[in-house]
Order: sequence, then structure tokens, then C-alpha cells
Amino acid sequence: MTTQSTTSCGLLEGLRAGRDDAAAELHALLLRAARFEIGRRAAALEHVRGESADDLALQAADDAFVAIMRKLDDFRGESRFTTWAYKFALYEAAVRVRRRSWQQREVVLDADSWLAVGAGGDSPADRAGRNELLGAIRELIAAKLSERQREVLVALAVNGVPIDVLAERMDTTRGALYKTLHDARRKLRAELAAAGHDLEGISP
Amino acid sequence: MTTEPNIDRLLGPAAPEVSCDECFERIDAYVDREVLQGDAEAAMPELAAHLRGCPACAEEHASLRALVAGEA
Repeated sequence: MTTQSTTSCGLLEGLRAGRDDAAAELHALLLRAARFEIGRRAAALEHVRGESADDLALQAADDAFVAIMRKLDDFRGESRFTTWAYKFALYEAAVRVRRRSWQQREVVLDADSWLAVGAGGDSPADRAGRNELLGAIRELIAAKLSERQREVLVALAVNGVPIDVLAERMDTTRGALYKTLHDARRKLRAELAAAGHDLEGISP
Repeated sequence: MTTEPNIDRLLGPAAPEVSCDECFERIDAYVDREVLQGDAEAAMPELAAHLRGCPACAEEHASLRALVAGEA
């Protein structure tokens, strides 16, 4: 911890002083983080054509480097500088992997596509309870949510479309989509509670 | 592509949560606290709730924690 903190502080000072060796050290650190992330998601890229995993890592490191140099003055020391820097590279790499792994896949915005699927559950009683709740949720999705909320909720929470992929297809941002998802979830929870459904224990 | 509906994912976290942007802003402090002090969830409950509701932020959090923990 002491050694890393010292290194982290030295790197930050070097970057603020505009030293080339500090810039090279930062880029190497970001490339390591991007490779780490892409290595963790290798399975998602197995059948994808295009640039190699290392090309993706280099692109992610390059973009993270630019973002960090723009935001250097925003670093407030609430974490170690290296941890702060890593998150940019991991984010850039993760978004690239999600988008690349879905580049040949169609995203169907069909809020009715899941209506025929069962609710799951471990026991018949459990399944019955969850089916009743799921039925109520389905009715509320149809009656209380906007078309946009329905599309986003079903794509993200049922069909498992990665939020960055959906954001790209809908020409919006992750933050805006999550706000739509959050508002839809709040609406459903409020309506279910008002109708007397027990939501105790319903939380990921 | 349709999967079995997961009610937890449909309804998301019950607790108040931060946005994706705020999560990104604070995830480094959360992870350092997690790795070095072990009390991140208690100290930053709204960020912890967001990680339960947002798979993308949760993936990036898991990667950052793994990377940092490997160097701690």
C-alpha cells in the first residue's frame, strides 16, 4: 500500500508537470488494465470477427488516456490515483467488448416478447407466488409505463441486452437509459405496493 | 433471445441508488474502501444499491476490484 501510494502520487505529479515518462507510465498502466478486462471477457469475443483483442485493448487505453488527461484536475484524492485511472480503461474496454460481442446481433424492441414465459421459482408454491406477482407486473407494464419505458425495461431486464449496446442502437447514453429503467422500476414498485403486493425480499 | 423473466431484475433495488454517472465518479473510492477497509457497502449504500441494479456498472466494479485486489 505504501509503495503503491507513493508510486501513485509520483505518477500524478509527473503528469501534472507534463513529463513524458509519466505519460508513458500512465499509458502502460491503462493498457494493462484494458488487457485485464478484455481477458476477463474473452468468451464474449470468441466468435467475433474484426480487430484482435489486443487492438481493442490498445484503443481502450488510448481513449482512457485522453479522458484522464482531460480530467486530471478533477482527481480529488478520494482513492489512489492508480485506482482512479484504472476505472477509465476498464470502462472503455468493457464498452468495446459489449458492443463488439453484439455487433452482429439484432436488438428487438418488443415489449410483448416475454409474455409467454414462466416465472421460475424453486417450489410449486414459490412458482405460484411469483407467477401471481409476475402477472401483476405484466399488467402494470402494459397499463402504466410509457412505450419507451416498456422497451427499455424489457430489453435490459428481460432480454439481457447490454446497456451500452442498447444506448448505441437507440442513439442515447447509458445514463439516460438507466434513468428510464429506474423510473420504470420505481413506478412498478409503487403500483405493486399500492395494490397490496408483498415486495419483501424482492431485491437483487 | 428472450429469457425467463427475473422479477428481481424487473423491479431493481428497493433502496435509493445513484445514477450510472455518479457510480462512475465514485467507484474508485468505493473499491479502495472495499479492498483496504472492507466497509464500502456501509459507507456508500446508494452506490452499492446501484451495483445490484445495473449489470454493466456491476461488471466494471467487479473488474476494478479484482484488478486492485490483485495489486494490494
